[in-house]
Amino acid sequence: MNKDSASLAGRRISRRSVLKSSATIAASTAVTGFPTVWAQNLKDVTLNHTGMSYSTLADIAKQATKDLGFKVDMSVVDHPGLTNRMVNDPKSIDIADMEIWQSKIMIPQGVTQAVEIAKIKNWGDLTPLYTEGVFAGKEVSRQGDSPIKFMYRDAKDGKSFVKGPTAWASFVPGVYNADTLGIRPDLVGRPITTWADLIAPEFKGKAAIQNIPAIGIMDAIMAMEAAGVVKYADKGNPTKDELDKTISKLIELKKGGHFRALWNTFDESVNLMAAGEVVIQSMWSPAVTAVKTQGVKCVYQPLKEGYRGWGNGLGLMAHLDGLKLAAAYEYVNWYNSGWVGGFVAKQGYYSANPKTAKAALTENERGYFYEGKPATADITSPTGEKTDSAGAVRDGGSYEERFSKVGVWNNLMDQAEFMIAQWNAFSAA
Amino acid sequence: MTSGDVQKSPRFVYLQVAPLVLVLFFFFAIPVALVILVSFFHYQMLVGMVPQFTSKNYVDLLSSPTTWALYLSTVKFTVIVLIITFVLGFWIAYFLVFHVRNLLTAIGLFLVCTVPFWTSNIIRMISWRPVLGKEGLINSGLIKVGIVSHPLDWLLFSDFSVVVAYVHLFTLFMIVPIFNSMARIDKSLLEAATDAGATRWGVVWNVVLPLSKTGIALGALFVVTLTMGDFFVVTVISGGLSGSATSGIFNDLQFLNYPRAAANAVILLVVVLLVAAAIFRLVDVRKELVR
Repeated sequence: MNKDSASLAGRRISRRSVLKSSATIAASTAVTGFPTVWAQNLKDVTLNHTGMSYSTLADIAKQATKDLGFKVDMSVVDHPGLTNRMVNDPKSIDIADMEIWQSKIMIPQGVTQAVEIAKIKNWGDLTPLYTEGVFAGKEVSRQGDSPIKFMYRDAKDGKSFVKGPTAWASFVPGVYNADTLGIRPDLVGRPITTWADLIAPEFKGKAAIQNIPAIGIMDAIMAMEAAGVVKYADKGNPTKDELDKTISKLIELKKGGHFRALWNTFDESVNLMAAGEVVIQSMWSPAVTAVKTQGVKCVYQPLKEGYRGWGNGLGLMAHLDGLKLAAAYEYVNWYNSGWVGGFVAKQGYYSANPKTAKAALTENERGYFYEGKPATADITSPTGEKTDSAGAVRDGGSYEERFSKVGVWNNLMDQAEFMIAQWNAFSAA
Repeated sequence: MTSGDVQKSPRFVYLQVAPLVLVLFFFFAIPVALVILVSFFHYQMLVGMVPQFTSKNYVDLLSSPTTWALYLSTVKFTVIVLIITFVLGFWIAYFLVFHVRNLLTAIGLFLVCTVPFWTSNIIRMISWRPVLGKEGLINSGLIKVGIVSHPLDWLLFSDFSVVVAYVHLFTLFMIVPIFNSMARIDKSLLEAATDAGATRWGVVWNVVLPLSKTGIALGALFVVTLTMGDFFVVTVISGGLSGSATSGIFNDLQFLNYPRAAANAVILLVVVLLVAAAIFRLVDVRKELVR
């Protein structure tokens, strides 16, 4: 309810400002033949940034509004919500903070326009994880929807992805991370080293998996492969047969009471863990931080099979033009200029521009979040609560270490329709 | 022409029903027609719906054991919740109408029943978690007293907890219409029955129950539609372990599979309409309401 009315209000404002701004452009072009008054009128613009709860943060909008001089609104939706809104109500969004696999739906449909790389000031500083598909000198895993596969388009309105650098990007690289399992070290009773532990019989009734089919299935696949239950030719694009086997095993586990819960939202995963209902489960990094701020021990456990990587991209919606497009470029440039990078680092995410993000952190924070060094003083969450004490080392080590070990990327598989139907069977079982 | 004549003229009658007809047409008939239309469209991955006639969505759904399992689970919850809310609703209403002599007290108590509704139903539902959880109120109480040594798992994230939450959320919808029906019963009927030698049970069974059936039917209708159309309670309180007919619709929407979601919605609509028809078959609510 609230979400809807908020976004409605946002839409109304932005429509009004579009009208206003296009009128000024018309006027200014008529007089001088050249839209030089843009800079002065930029302050009338309102940009709507829509995305998922983990990256679409009100604090970012507040800071952007302060730094840029025009208004940035945030509107939070879940993954299906974003997919649906981008397709059915594209004009209600200006900047779409989508996960990379979502661009697979959007770009062929022409929902977003390509980003002119020449207008992105610090493109060269952005992580090669996105722009070149390499990280720390090594090729990044291509299993699943690896960012590089979707990074480039051939023209502003190009509807397909192209290989290798062009002048047009599909999106501006956003936040990203490498996900793993969260555990309660005080309650698991032994070291956890592999994804297979998610389905280990000893955690019967104490494990949980996320009920977001596109991501939950990846956690399941990692666990099944590690346990040797199912073999996959390509974990990032399983066949019907492989999915069938995976879901059958999931159903068997569920019927046997293995899963305490299937969680749907971020806060559910926090509560499950903090209340001790669950000792090992799928988790997102900020959820681990949230459990820790409650004073409960929680580790985002690195596992030998590697991480499940994911990344976001800021897409420019197709309807943006003129003044609003200029504002959008200002915003995406600002987004990777440091403040956001520093902010999201404290909830465990990484900025596409590590250079500016690191500069926005204190030496202690830089060491802890990026360099794998022990903290020299207390580490706090973005909102200021203590999450770790001096001397602690971040789970998974340094930025380099973490991203060298991505095993598979979040994805929209070819068999997604089949997968969803199977996942429904799992939900119903 | 007197004003009475104007009010009886057919044109005036049409004018009187026009607002309702228009509202129903634009906000009910058209949307439902669209849903039915879309349910016969094709779905294409990455694109969404393609306006091309197919009955595949229905064939797929009706031939899938998942659909049947989800409906079975939904029907199971509906029946259990219906029975419990009826028993609770009937006796609470009975108490309020026939045992509380002072009308003001009765109204006061009735309002007390609505107090939980002053908060959002999400809060009312979530608040069961700290009560039923492994480290929750009931479990820690039982462990402290020494009745159990390990926390009871089945209290939360189970069919039990789903039923508890539904009953908590929906009992009022049963109380209100039954209260309303009972309040219209002429008290002298009860006295006459007692004078004629009826036992207390006899009065309830032969006088109060038949005269409250309109309220029971309406209450049952509320509870059935709320439970069958629910997605949120069952997902949150079962910890995602139980599905409902609606959760299939939700999953289909994730990748723009509107056609299958629409087909699913149409099936649900048909099922609920059948249940409603059955209820109205038992009780002629219209006739009873104008009584």
